[in-house]
Parts: sequence; C-alpha cells; structure tokens
Amino acid sequence: MSSSTSLRWITPAGLLPVAIAGLLFVYFAQMLPIIAAGETLRFVWEWVPSLGVNISFLVDGLSLTFALLITGIGALVMLYSARYLAGHVHQARFSLFLTSFMLAILGVVLSDNLLGLFVFWELTTITSYLLIGFSHATKKSRRSALQALLVTGVGGLALLAGIVLIGNVAGTFELSEIRAMPGVLTQSVAYLPILLLVLLGAFTKSAQIPFHFWLPNAMAAPTPVSAYLHSATMVKAGVYLLARMHPSLSGTDIWLWTLTIAGAVTMVFASVMALRQTDLKLALAYTTLMALGALTLLLGNDSAYTITAAATFLIVHSLYKAALFLVVGIVDHQTGTRDANKLFGLAPAMPITAAAAAIAALSMAGFPPFLGFIGKELKYAGALAVASEPILVAGAFLIASALMVAIAGIVSFRPFWSKSGDPLPNVTEAPWPMLVGPVVLAILGALFGIFPDLLANSLVNPTVAAILGPAEPAKPLQLWAGVNLPLALSVATFVLGFTIYFYKIRLRTWLINAVGRSPSFDNGWDNLLSGLLAICKWQTKIIQTGVLRRYMFVTFATALAAMAGTLMIKDAALPTLVVPDVTIADWLVFLLVLLGTALTAATDSRIAAIAGLGVVGIGIAMIFILYSAPDVAITQLLVETLIVVLFAAAALRLPGMGSEPLRSRPWDAALAIGLGVATTAVLLMVTSGPIDLELTTFFQTASWPEAFGQNIVNVILVDFRALDTFGEIAVVLVAAISIFALLKSKPEKDQT
Amino acid sequence: MNSVILIAGARLQVVLLLVFSAYMLLRSHNAPGGGFIGGLIAATGFVVYAIACGTKDARAALRFDPANIAGVGLGIALFAGFMALFWGDALFTGQWLFIGATETDKGIPLSSVLVFDIGVYLVVLGAVLSIVFALEETV
Repeated sequence: MSSSTSLRWITPAGLLPVAIAGLLFVYFAQMLPIIAAGETLRFVWEWVPSLGVNISFLVDGLSLTFALLITGIGALVMLYSARYLAGHVHQARFSLFLTSFMLAILGVVLSDNLLGLFVFWELTTITSYLLIGFSHATKKSRRSALQALLVTGVGGLALLAGIVLIGNVAGTFELSEIRAMPGVLTQSVAYLPILLLVLLGAFTKSAQIPFHFWLPNAMAAPTPVSAYLHSATMVKAGVYLLARMHPSLSGTDIWLWTLTIAGAVTMVFASVMALRQTDLKLALAYTTLMALGALTLLLGNDSAYTITAAATFLIVHSLYKAALFLVVGIVDHQTGTRDANKLFGLAPAMPITAAAAAIAALSMAGFPPFLGFIGKELKYAGALAVASEPILVAGAFLIASALMVAIAGIVSFRPFWSKSGDPLPNVTEAPWPMLVGPVVLAILGALFGIFPDLLANSLVNPTVAAILGPAEPAKPLQLWAGVNLPLALSVATFVLGFTIYFYKIRLRTWLINAVGRSPSFDNGWDNLLSGLLAICKWQTKIIQTGVLRRYMFVTFATALAAMAGTLMIKDAALPTLVVPDVTIADWLVFLLVLLGTALTAATDSRIAAIAGLGVVGIGIAMIFILYSAPDVAITQLLVETLIVVLFAAAALRLPGMGSEPLRSRPWDAALAIGLGVATTAVLLMVTSGPIDLELTTFFQTASWPEAFGQNIVNVILVDFRALDTFGEIAVVLVAAISIFALLKSKPEKDQT
Repeated sequence: MNSVILIAGARLQVVLLLVFSAYMLLRSHNAPGGGFIGGLIAATGFVVYAIACGTKDARAALRFDPANIAGVGLGIALFAGFMALFWGDALFTGQWLFIGATETDKGIPLSSVLVFDIGVYLVVLGAVLSIVFALEETV
C-alpha cells in the first residue's frame, strides 16, 4: 500500500466525529471525582416555562456511567469507522448520522426532564432508522430500518403517554423531583397504566420478547453501527429507562414479575438462538439480546446484590461486546466473509485482532481474572438474592452463561485458532485505526478485572446509589469471594459451556430444524403490516370516492347532523327574536348577498356562478366594514378577489356544467337550506346570551402599553399570539407544497 | 391572453400593488394592514401579471421561485421568534428598539415583531403564487 492510499482515510468527515466524541469523553471524565464523592450536578435552562418544560440535565452515577460509555466507545467506534468507511461515497453522511445519534443518546441519559428525555429518545429512533438504512439501495436494509423505526416508534408513543400520566400524577416532569417523592407513582390509581406504558417504551427499545425481532434484522447496518448502537448504546436506552424509573416505579409485584419473566425468557431464548447462527455478527446480535434480558431481569429486583450486578454487567457487556463487534467487522473487512463455516486459523495472519478477540471473549465467557468473571459471579449472587424464584432465575442464568461460553468460543476461538478447516489465503492484519478500538476495549476488560476497585469506586457505587439511594450501599466487586454457591455455579457454567461447544454442530443442525418448524415473529410482522395496508386500502375505497361533490356533501351533512343533533339533544328553544335597529345600509348588504346566492344557485353558466359567489363574499366583507373590522374586511376582499381570479382561470379550461341547476338536485338544496337554518339558530342562541368581554378588554388595555400597537388585530397576530400565527403560516406553506405536488406530479400506475 | 392594453396595465399595476403592499405591511401595527394582507396584495399583483403576460414572464419578474420565498419567509418568522432568546425572554416575546428616542418622541421604533410580520408577508406571497402558477401551468 502506498503512502497516499494509506493516508486517504484522514479526512475531516472521518476525524471530526472522533474529535467531538473524544472531547466529550474528557469533559465527562473530569466530572468523575465529583460524582464518585457522592454528589450530583444539575444544569437547567427554562424552555417553555408556562408548560413546565425545561431543558435540564442531571449528572449522577447512572447517567455518568452511560455518558462515559457513550462518548468513550463512541470515540473508538468513530475512529474505527473513519478507516472502515474510508473512500465511501457517503462517508460524510454516515459521520453526520452517527454523531447526531451520539448527541441524541447523550441527551437521553442526561435529561432530567421527562419531556426532554422523550424528545431525545425519539431522536435516537430517527437517527437509528437512518443508520440501519444506510445502505438504502438494498431492500433488506430498508425493510430492517422501517421495522426498527415502527417498533421503537410505537414504544416511543407509549412512553410519551406514560410520561404525560406521570406528569399529571406527580405534578412535575423533573425526574429528580419525582424521585424525591417516594410512592407518589406506585400508590396512585394511575400506577398500572403508567407502568405498562413505560415498560412498553423500554421493552421495544431494548428488544425484549415479544419485540425482539427488530434487533437481529438491524444488523443490516454497517458494522460500526452495530457495535455502537446495537450493543453499547441505543438498545441500552430501554435498560437505562428501567434503571432511571426504578426508584419511582419498582417495589411492586407487577414490576418484579413483569421484568423477571420478560428478562428471563428473552435471555434464554436469545442465547439458544445465538447458537443457531452461522453468521458471526448475527450470533453477537443474539448475545446482545441475551445481555439485555439479563439486565432487565436484574433490574426487576431491589436488593443491593442484583443492582450491583446490573451496574457491573452493564459496563462489562458494553466493553466486550463492542470489542467483539469491531473484531467481526475487521474479519469481514479483511476476508470478505462472516460465515463461521468458512473462517479458520486466522491468528497467524492477524495476530493483534486475534489477541483482542481472545481477551474480549474470555471476558464474555466469564473467565478469571477478567471483568466478565466478576460480572458473572455478581449475576449469580444477584440471582440467588431475587425476590421472585431464586432457583429458576439462577437456572436461567446458568443456561444463558453456559451458552455464552460456547458462543465466545465460536466467535473468537474457532475463526482464529481452529485447524478444522483451511485458512483463507492472502489475509492481512487490519490497519491500526481499526485495531485501536477492540484492543483498548479488551484491555480495559482485563484491567478492571484485575483492579476491580478502580471501577467500583468511580462508577459502580455511584450508579447503585443513583438507583437504590444512599440507604443500601453497593456490594463489593472482587475476583475471589471465597468458596461459595456463585463459584460452584461458575464451575458448572464452564463444564456445561465446553460440552455445548464440542457438540455445537449437531446442536445447531437440530436447532435449525426446530426453529424452522416453529412460527417466526418476523413473518408475523410481515403479515401484520400487509394486513394493516389491506385495511387502509379497503377503507380508502369506501371513503375516498374521488368525486368532489360527494366530499362536499358528506362534509356539510356531517356538520348539519352535529349541529342539529346537539340542538335536539339539548332540547334548545329559540330565544325570542328582538329585532335590532336595522339601518338602510344593512338592508342593502343583505339584499346583495341574497342576490348573489340566488344567482349562484340558479345559473347554468360556470362563470356566472363564480361571479355570484364573489358577490356573496364581497357582501360579507361589507358587513365586516360596517361593524368596524377593517383588517378582516380587507383580507376577505383580497381572498375573494383571488378566488374569483383562480376559479375563472380554471373554469376557462373546464367543460360546461351541463343543464343541472339546483332545482334538479333536491338533496343538495335540502342540505343547503338545512345547514343555513341550523347555523342561524345556533348564532341566534349564542348572541342572545351575555358576551364575555374579558379578552377584548385585556387586549384593548394591554395592546398599546405592552406591545406598542394600536391595531389590536395586528398586535394579537404578531405579538400576543405570534406562536399561533407561526403555526398558521407553516400550515399555509404545507398546503401550498401539497397543492403544488398534486398539480405537478404525474399519476402513477396502480401498483397492485 | 394577448391584449396589449392588459399587458401594459398589468406592468403598471404590479408596481403600484407592490408599493401598496409594502405600505400596508409597514403601517400595520397602528392601522389596518399586516403581513397577511400585504402578502395577499402583492400576490394579486403578480397573479394579474401572470394572466396578462403568462406565468413564464411572471416567474421571471418575480426572480425567485415562489416556494423558496415562502420557505425563507417561514425561516424569517422563526428567526424573529428566536430573537427573544438573545435577550433572555421566552420564545416569541416581542423585542423593541427605539432608535433616537427622547422623553417625548419615541424615535424610529424597530422590533422583532415587524421582522415576524415580514416573514408572514413572504410566506403568504410565496404560497399563493406557487399555487396560482402551478394551477395556471397545469390546467
């Protein structure tokens, strides 16, 4: 490789994200001493104070742990992808998406305001959609991206509903204030709906059964994305939410059992499915699912053992899983395949990758002295301390952990060291920017394993304190806890794991058979979507006939039914008519409108009908002038003028109306008269009561001193109600774009 | 339409209507007018011009794509709303600057509210024209 090609990856698009992530990591790292001392930091900006929406960030143990993982692994992954995607046409786009995602997920874990958290939460959904669908030319990635978007999007909506309920019950959206009121949510009547909605949000994001199917499909994304989003960060957002809401929502039977069952089922199912895969990346995807299940299960409890285990395992898993994903990416990049049946004996060609893979895999399998061993011991200790069914939970952990041992062997022992097949020819070691990530992450796993206190004091203890409060301190992290039940379980894990590894081929064949015969969630998803589309098509055929006149009839008939129905139900009686002073001017305007209406209804000519409508509009504008509303009158006049001009332009090209005046359309006539009568009745009733002048008085008195304007209408439009006006002009723009699109687009052939 | 009189008249009235629309826009805070009205008046001018001379000429006279005008207008309105943030007020709070104000005279009042109204003006102008031009060209 010449020096020019080896330096080609040094581009702003590739390296700017590395700098951003690196600087953020340093920024968060210097908060470590403060947080380790047991304090928390809070930053607040008022955003919409009248609605209680603030941009507020809280840094405590839990959020700092996540922030460090996000920025640290982020920096390594970005360096990796700068080289991995070097020269790709859309590298800049990729960097933009990945950096946006990083900032969004940082927002999720740092937000103290639930609404802020929701906004960032949705941003992660959108950026993840863009990243999964990065190779948008292939149908598979488009489908996977859409699936992830829809599944997590539905969860996001549920979460929003849950957040609104929480806000109503607690009276605040600030998480730190909600945590300060223990029992405010668990003892409220809305606890069950809140819990279900929040769990729906968390379970879809963290891919718990039955919403797990999108995660393996999301592996259609480029490998750095899988390493970053689908192992270390985004899928953990659900786990983060569970941990964050733990102080406010946990402690009830339904919390305990829902999380235990969902977590345990996901964990066992995912680890069995992982064994089935021959694609190394998919195998890793399923082990990620397993880890998410384990974390969910642990968070269901509130003993110090389980929470310490969750906090530790969270860090362990992020370290080794990101490393392994990057290793698989390297193998794919250098050999062109990820198939476990084709990769053997790569270690001599790729010694550094093989070493990083080995260390990360030993941590994943839970061998001492790696951090994974401590994580596993704590998981067993936590499992034995659960409030639900210690034996079943420990059994589930045993099965899952044993399978992890086997899969660690499949992913990182067999491709590098096994001699069962011929090594691929012409394989070289990866360039250094791609090696930094896996090597650093693997070494950290070993370092923290040998010096567990480093991790315990800085991150694990503050995290546990953030979840459980200061009352119950975290359990210690230690390599040698003496001969006890967790150690015995560890030994059993290794024995079982090695057995599974040696029978893996036979087991896999059997599994593929078994899975092939059972119904798949993925097919169910396709059926659901096509069913939904069929319903849409069916109801569109009924409602959208395409005949404009029928639309108008239905719209006005609905209005008439609503008004007349209300009047009848309320048993309304018309007020006695007090004939007001009617001036000659009023009569003239009335006559004008009447004549215009008569002309429109009676004529056979389209142009005459349009002119008649224009007369009606001008008459109404005159009423506005008579009752001193010049602004409204001017607007009405201009709009009438424009409409007549537009209609006239269109009418010149239209065929004649034919001889079908109103007298031959009795239904239309009846509807028109009925609507007129009903509207008149309603108006008479409204004006007969006393009119509340509070708003008018307010604007009359406040307009000049506060907004320096004498034209109240304008002052309301641009100052008092500027946000509403902004919404309106946005609607005007959207309407213009839609009409433009309708007019300019050619009708496509029906794709059935 | 190929009427010399209409073309000559349309050229003249487009200028008059544009000036009038600016007048209606600027005076609106104390007298009838405003961005909506101003935008509609300006749009009327160009619509008549398009009828007289054809949409091609009208588009050329407008110089910018109407959809772009509308988009820029929305941006200006949003910017006007955000100006309040620079002075630490809530979003869309009107900001005022009285240039050369004395005890008795308020000088030349400038405000974010006027900027907002200019945004409204542009959105209405651009939106109406993109609809009308598209209609004239397709139908």
